Amino acid sequence: MRRLALVPAMLLTVWVGTADAKELRFSIPGDPKSFDPLHIEESNAQIVQYLTAGALVRINRVTDQLEPELAESWTLKNGGREIVFRLRSDLHFSDGSPLTAADVARALKRAFDPKEASPAGDTFRVAEGYPDVRIAGSRELIVAYRNPKANLDRLFDQIGIPGPASGRFFATAGPFVAAEYHPGDFIRLVRNPRYWKRDPSGRPLPYLDSIRIDIQQNRDLELARFLRGESHLMQNLDPEAFDRIAKERSGAAHDLGVSLNSEFLWFNEAPARTVPEWKRKWFTSTLFRRAISEAIQRDDLSRVVYRGHAHPAFGPISPANHFWFYSALKPLSADIRTALNDLSQGGFRFENGILRDGEGHRVEFSIVTNSSNRPRQRMAQLIQEDLSKVGIKVNLVTLDFGSMMERISKTLDYEAAILGFSNVEVDPLEEMNFWLSSGAQHPWWPAEKTPATPWEAEIDRLELAQSSEISRDSRKKAIDEMQRIVSEQQPIVYLVNPDYLCAYSPALRGVQPTVAPPQIFWNIEWLRLE
Amino acid sequence: MIIARRLAIAALAAIVLFGLFAPVIAPYPYDRQFRDRPDAGPSHAFPMGTDEIGRDRFSRLAWATRISVLLAPAAAFASIALALAISAFSGFRSRLMRRLVESLTTVCLSLPWIFLFIVLRAELPLNTGPAASVALTFGLMGVAGWAWPGRVFTAAIGEMVHSDWMMQARAAGISDLRIAAAHAWPHLKSLAAAQFRVLIPAYILSEASLGLLGLGVPDPLPSWGNLLRDLQQPDVVKANPWALAPLAILMIAMISLELLQSRPEPAI
Repeated sequence: MRRLALVPAMLLTVWVGTADAKELRFSIPGDPKSFDPLHIEESNAQIVQYLTAGALVRINRVTDQLEPELAESWTLKNGGREIVFRLRSDLHFSDGSPLTAADVARALKRAFDPKEASPAGDTFRVAEGYPDVRIAGSRELIVAYRNPKANLDRLFDQIGIPGPASGRFFATAGPFVAAEYHPGDFIRLVRNPRYWKRDPSGRPLPYLDSIRIDIQQNRDLELARFLRGESHLMQNLDPEAFDRIAKERSGAAHDLGVSLNSEFLWFNEAPARTVPEWKRKWFTSTLFRRAISEAIQRDDLSRVVYRGHAHPAFGPISPANHFWFYSALKPLSADIRTALNDLSQGGFRFENGILRDGEGHRVEFSIVTNSSNRPRQRMAQLIQEDLSKVGIKVNLVTLDFGSMMERISKTLDYEAAILGFSNVEVDPLEEMNFWLSSGAQHPWWPAEKTPATPWEAEIDRLELAQSSEISRDSRKKAIDEMQRIVSEQQPIVYLVNPDYLCAYSPALRGVQPTVAPPQIFWNIEWLRLE
Repeated sequence: MIIARRLAIAALAAIVLFGLFAPVIAPYPYDRQFRDRPDAGPSHAFPMGTDEIGRDRFSRLAWATRISVLLAPAAAFASIALALAISAFSGFRSRLMRRLVESLTTVCLSLPWIFLFIVLRAELPLNTGPAASVALTFGLMGVAGWAWPGRVFTAAIGEMVHSDWMMQARAAGISDLRIAAAHAWPHLKSLAAAQFRVLIPAYILSEASLGLLGLGVPDPLPSWGNLLRDLQQPDVVKANPWALAPLAILMIAMISLELLQSRPEPAI
């Protein structure tokens, strides 16, 4: 009899459980390589880390202000050389063990240990090495550099504090904790019952019970599942998918406006076996690069290729990055006559629709881009026609991503390339490797021994100066000047800043989408499903 | 059946003429971009509408037909000729030679051609012009594709060399070349025609895939293969069913070729 009575009780439990279970579902394109918050090397793991690991401080993605998390307060001391954190009282990891300054110090020391090669710790490294970490009590710790470090407090947004490991998972102090992982299939995160945050009515956060993250590489399938209501959100949509969702699911598609990302073209200015010296002369000529930039009709790129979901780009920093964007930057004129005038000043001759250099060579070059990116191919096709109006013949070459990266970063066997930059961080400090002439990712001449021109030397000086400056306003002046030089010299011809397109179910409440990653669920603990 | 064959001939003739007279038929150059009319539906100005960057679909289809209709059969012909030459050479020689060619065929069939093409592309100059790139693409396909018909021909010739008529011909002192041309070829002709028919669509579709590796027919030059890539976007097809025209014309060509291969039933 007792057994019989249990059956309806279990059924009721299952039904109630299903009705009450608030599980958010979405997809990521691949398996996370690690669940260790200090060893996050790619975007899939980054998402899991953001949802699970507790951080000392978090950047509010809407206000761009730093907010307390595990640390209830922090103070910058000694001219920006030190930061002192004071932790909240009564913090615990998800497994119930207490979280003290010693745990945070252990995590930071591990992140700053060169043997660990932690990508999270890498951003803290300066010329002299890593900072010292000292415990100043059960709830206080100090991170100290020898010299002032720019942006020091905001860097801690990226450091997740792991608790004790249990198998492949770690105990967490964030809103969720990893509970299941089926490689190639899905990851399930469940709410951390010991998460410290509560809403104004005293209810423990997060509101959601669990998150199921499906691993789905095929974006068409991801779209089909979203349209069927089987997932709640889609990030980073292409314009075609966005338009389809807008048509088929009312109120689900959201254009968040101009994103932090940019698409750009550049020329290979490095000495390369396969690029003849006379072509290199064109590519290193400021007038030539300016003329190319002036001949490209960016409005058409935005309207035709991105169906209006993009904005013409003129400089290194997107207008979405409100603080660092240089609003006084003037775009070059998009005018064939101005382009031809610059080319003429640069010693080029435009005769019978063909452009020739001073030595009589026809101006012809190839542009490589990756075959998996349709918008880039389309932009290249439009640019091909734009440049034909100033007599330049462009050959388009689409390559698989691996071959393309091999050419642009190792063999340097290319003439011009179109690629994009997906910014995950608003602070330009993260882009130093891109702008410093010695940087491995310096696109037009990777790892230059010395700057080839005075303006490149000036960019180096500005970048290094701002990296050791703690005043944001002083840093802004240096970054503004860098943007002005790039706009004047055009080593990178910026094309468009695509809009950030995403979609989420109207049943998902509390969303405050922003263009800063993770765009839709940066405030995951406040999201709820109705 | 006769009517069907006549229809097939008419359809193939129409397709070939459509391609040959593309410069006359196409209202616009294949690469002209009408940027204020991207993804336009069919209209008087654009009978099949425009593509994503405003190029006239009809003009591009006419030019694509010209390229594909000439080059895919040429590549298929090259494969068949190469396969016949290698198979015949080995077939009329020793058993060891036949084994060697069979092994070579197996090796060729098991080669990861896609990776070889990637390596090859890495070695090619980036400023290869569209004409050279097209010739190279179809030429490579012609050479690389010999093994499929080669295996069929080697097996068929292997059976022939043990047949009574072959032994009688050899005993009568007829040369290998004459046996191959006058006696073996009539037996292989229908096999060759069938292989030819199979290779044409395979090459058209391969050309579309190679485009993703930077080989294939480079933009803005159109081909059936690169026009078919539009079908990867269901929205484009939904909005403008004329985007299916390259697929329709390819199917008509394939069905027509199939009908021409089928022999009419003899009258009793």
